[in-house]
Amino acid sequence: MRINLSRKKIRNSFVDKVQELSGQNLLACYQCGKCSAGCPAVDEMDILPNQIIRFAQLGLKEELLASKAIWICASCLTCNARCPKGINIAEVIEALRQILLRNRKDHLKVEKLSDKEKEDIPPIALICSMRKFTS
Amino acid sequence: MKICYYPGCTLKNHAKNFEDSTICALNTIGVEVEELSRWNCCGTVFSLTTDDLIHHIAPIRNLIRVKEANYDKVMTVCAMCYNTLKRANERIKSDPESMDILNNFMDREEVQYDGDVQVFHLLEFLKDEIGFENLAKKVVKPLKKLKIASYYGCLLVRPKEIGLDDMENPTILEDLMETLGGKPVDFPYKTECCGAYQTVDRPDIIADRTNRILTSAKDRGAEMVVVSCPLCAFNLDQRQKHTVEKYPEFKHIPVLYFTQALAMALGCPEETLRFDLNFIDPKPILKERGLI
Repeated sequence: MRINLSRKKIRNSFVDKVQELSGQNLLACYQCGKCSAGCPAVDEMDILPNQIIRFAQLGLKEELLASKAIWICASCLTCNARCPKGINIAEVIEALRQILLRNRKDHLKVEKLSDKEKEDIPPIALICSMRKFTS
Repeated sequence: MKICYYPGCTLKNHAKNFEDSTICALNTIGVEVEELSRWNCCGTVFSLTTDDLIHHIAPIRNLIRVKEANYDKVMTVCAMCYNTLKRANERIKSDPESMDILNNFMDREEVQYDGDVQVFHLLEFLKDEIGFENLAKKVVKPLKKLKIASYYGCLLVRPKEIGLDDMENPTILEDLMETLGGKPVDFPYKTECCGAYQTVDRPDIIADRTNRILTSAKDRGAEMVVVSCPLCAFNLDQRQKHTVEKYPEFKHIPVLYFTQALAMALGCPEETLRFDLNFIDPKPILKERGLI
């Protein structure tokens, strides 16, 4: 993957927005990789949790917002529990999802679920999914 | 003793076995359970973004209902409700400004909420209020060394300030199973996420997790798995159907709510255990041990 860095990107308001929404200091991360080592969802991720933090530090908005990984994270909070710097990585990923959802970019298409699926899947799962994946 | 109870949505339908076994078990040990006369969905997940106050309204309204019922504590059994109610409460308690914003928003509520309701989980109640040593005396049908793996998932233990036991190596469920006469089986995936709500549009991911988690428990000798979350239960039990389609070598294992094991050991009648709602039938192994 080719990545272009620039001072302009790093000082972009996107970095501030992610920090504000997540309440996290992105620069606290020193890339130990413990979050990705313990994440049960890495098999399915295109950008790993420690890389998400690095990309966010560098203001790589397009790459982050187009990634599959932010929709694979189920906020299990294992990364948060293990971060030696106390960064809540799951909160950063939630902030990225929220940036999209607040622009009406829903991830789940509720109308595409069949009646059978809606009947079989318990309300706890449907509500969670709608809360996390729709605006 | 009488306690105030918040059931949450899924305990009224898919997880009725969780609710019925909980109530029978508590009544058997002399605890009266009073369900809130009015309640709403807790929202299922705690909103992680700093400015997303609107989603804390649902859990906080339930805590207002607790105060209206003249209680200062409320019990939950669903791990997700427990986490969401408790965390929303802690969130606004630590931030008076957001508490004011929420109270102003809920201007038709008669009670001004100030964070003074305590949210507790049934497991904490059994351990701290009843005491496992006292509970052991009430066991009439010991689980006969049935090998049980306890699965905590995420929300009973994380984050640390909300969790009811050690984040990395909780033992409260194992201790309870031992109290009931079972033989706890330790396994490395007991706090690994089941995939949660990915089950709605990515059941393939759940099949991977369920295979990994349950195969590990089985490899350690477990004959059944107990859980405390209706979403974990759906993923680990009902989704075994998808798991075996993706992994033909996968072997089924019954998944029970911990309260079903509890109620069984306390001698509750079979109709309150509601094994008909468990996808993988636990009755053959329970019959083999003479437990039902």
